[in-house]
Amino acid sequence: MTTAAATTIKARQRPGDRIFSSATVIAGSLILAMLAAVAIFLLVESLPAFVAVPDDFSGDVTNFWSYVGPLVFGTIYSAILALLMAVPVAIGIALFISHFAPRKLAQSLGYLVDLLAAVPSVVFGLWGIGVLAPMVQPFYTTLVEWFGWFTPFQGPASGTGRTIFTVAIVLAVMILPIITAICREIFLQTPLLHEEAALALGATRWEMIRMAVLPFGLPGIISASMLGLGRALGETMAVAMVLSPSSEVIFQLFTAQNSNTIASNIALNFPEAHGVGVNILLATGLVLFVVTLLVNMLARVIINSRKAFSGAN
Amino acid sequence: MTSVVEASPLTNSLTAGKLPRRSSLWVLLTSWAVSAAFFAVLFLSGTVDGFNIVGTVVLGTVLYCVAIYVLSRLVEGSRKAKDRLMTALVTAAFIIALLPLVSIIYTTVINGLPAFLTPTFFSSSQRNVVGAGGGVLHAVIGTLMVTGMATLISVPIGLLASIYLVEYGRGRLAKAITFFVDVMTGIPSIVAGLFAFALFALLFNDPGIRFGFGGAIALSVLMIPVVVRSSEEMLKLVPNELREAAFALGVPKWLVILKVVLPTSIAGIVTGVMLSIARVIGETAPLLIIAGFTSSMNYDLFSERMMTLPVFVYTQYANQGADSQAYIDRAWAGALTLIVIVMLLNGLARLIAHWFSPKLGR
Repeated sequence: MTTAAATTIKARQRPGDRIFSSATVIAGSLILAMLAAVAIFLLVESLPAFVAVPDDFSGDVTNFWSYVGPLVFGTIYSAILALLMAVPVAIGIALFISHFAPRKLAQSLGYLVDLLAAVPSVVFGLWGIGVLAPMVQPFYTTLVEWFGWFTPFQGPASGTGRTIFTVAIVLAVMILPIITAICREIFLQTPLLHEEAALALGATRWEMIRMAVLPFGLPGIISASMLGLGRALGETMAVAMVLSPSSEVIFQLFTAQNSNTIASNIALNFPEAHGVGVNILLATGLVLFVVTLLVNMLARVIINSRKAFSGAN
Repeated sequence: MTSVVEASPLTNSLTAGKLPRRSSLWVLLTSWAVSAAFFAVLFLSGTVDGFNIVGTVVLGTVLYCVAIYVLSRLVEGSRKAKDRLMTALVTAAFIIALLPLVSIIYTTVINGLPAFLTPTFFSSSQRNVVGAGGGVLHAVIGTLMVTGMATLISVPIGLLASIYLVEYGRGRLAKAITFFVDVMTGIPSIVAGLFAFALFALLFNDPGIRFGFGGAIALSVLMIPVVVRSSEEMLKLVPNELREAAFALGVPKWLVILKVVLPTSIAGIVTGVMLSIARVIGETAPLLIIAGFTSSMNYDLFSERMMTLPVFVYTQYANQGADSQAYIDRAWAGALTLIVIVMLLNGLARLIAHWFSPKLGR
């Protein structure tokens, strides 16, 4: 008579297994620790900025918040402008690659757009000054002449074309690839049956896209735009090189005076900064970090709540 | 059987009311020709100097959109017309995106080539160079050392973390890591530079600290999330059957990962690492903050300022000397060097991926 005792078989714990698995856990946790370290070290180093006296700032700024205010405005203004230009084009490109281009060509065309992401930002800066700004300057003069009564178009027009609008164009080009990549991926996940059903009912291709693809992809489009926004907020060199900055809040798009962005302000002033000036710049960096972190987290929450999209990279 | 169908001229309802085949192509060519004629008249009459190619293409495309919409609306009805219009717009969006790419590559090559081809460009530094001449050797060495160090730090951490996520991770830690890795891909590069600066300024109590290793740390912050994401995707593609077969033979888990999973996915992982190198090698802002700039050679990552290629381009442009053209030429030549490196890395990575990766659907 056998009494079947329920025995659980335990795998032997080999030293190799333990070492290897703890190494992976450590590496994973290190990433979280790194993100926390970024926040902590920036915070510690920027504490002196929050109690800085007016003498520490250039110009007639009295405290940190009135110093960072116009910079936050410039950062958000340029990023939103860039987003307004980039999103429609990016949706167009994504649709072209996913639904219009010949199937065999589609992937290579996708790589072509990805190449845009590979161009270093400093090259975008050189291109913005050398090619784009002179090219768009005549348009600015005309727009200011014709529509000067409209506040954002008020003159006098910049003679160099290095305005916040030019910066927004450069930023739009720079964030196109990431928005396109995510939109494309999501458009391709539209259930084929929905598309075929629409076509079978006699819809044209555009009607099929409007009825099946776009509603399905809407959350993806929103979060892709927010990721693009995050990139545009933090872009440094292209802005630092192209913009002719000032330290006020300025709504005009085409004048020689433009609100600077946080990132570009840091890049321009950091090499010469000393004493509390360094802490002030670090504190503006902390503000930028918090803003982009929030935007990115919101975008990721939207993506994750929808489905297991794999993201851009 | 008796009735004979008359072979009447076909008025097939399926093809009636449609524009002839290739009509959109002809309309496009016509509208370009019309707009070219318009600009040619402007040019010949002397109103503008130079024939405006960009204007021709843009005006011609706008003309095409209007023409195809009107034509199609008259012949095919409003729904089809809208479809044709949207097709034109979507295709135009794609071409709009390619214009900057072509323009950037063209201007960089044209402006960069003269200085790029100078014999001293890759064999000397900028030390004691005031006007023309000099080279980027110090920047190339700096870029290789800083990026190489960043790769050495990022790849082990990133790879191990992705192994954790795919092979071990369950529960909240894995979820948190996945989420924050995604979030970290969006950290502005300048914040990474500021972090490295704040870290080392506190550690060494030196408020003006600049050295190459700090740059490597800053780049690692940007690089690790990219490595994790791409390696994770590749590890997930390894079929479970392979793992199970190895387990069934009694192989310990860590050996299964080292001897089965990693060799299967190594091509994809290498591709991902190369793409991530291509992504950080062009970063300027963090290196400007923590690695600083210099015009001399520096082979020591752990002391003194270190020049890198992107910062070289920026400083040549930003701090022009008396002979400003020489500085601008060098900036473009540096940009060309950078683009060549990045494109080579990208191309090579894509080729590796193309040759070795498993084939997916559309």
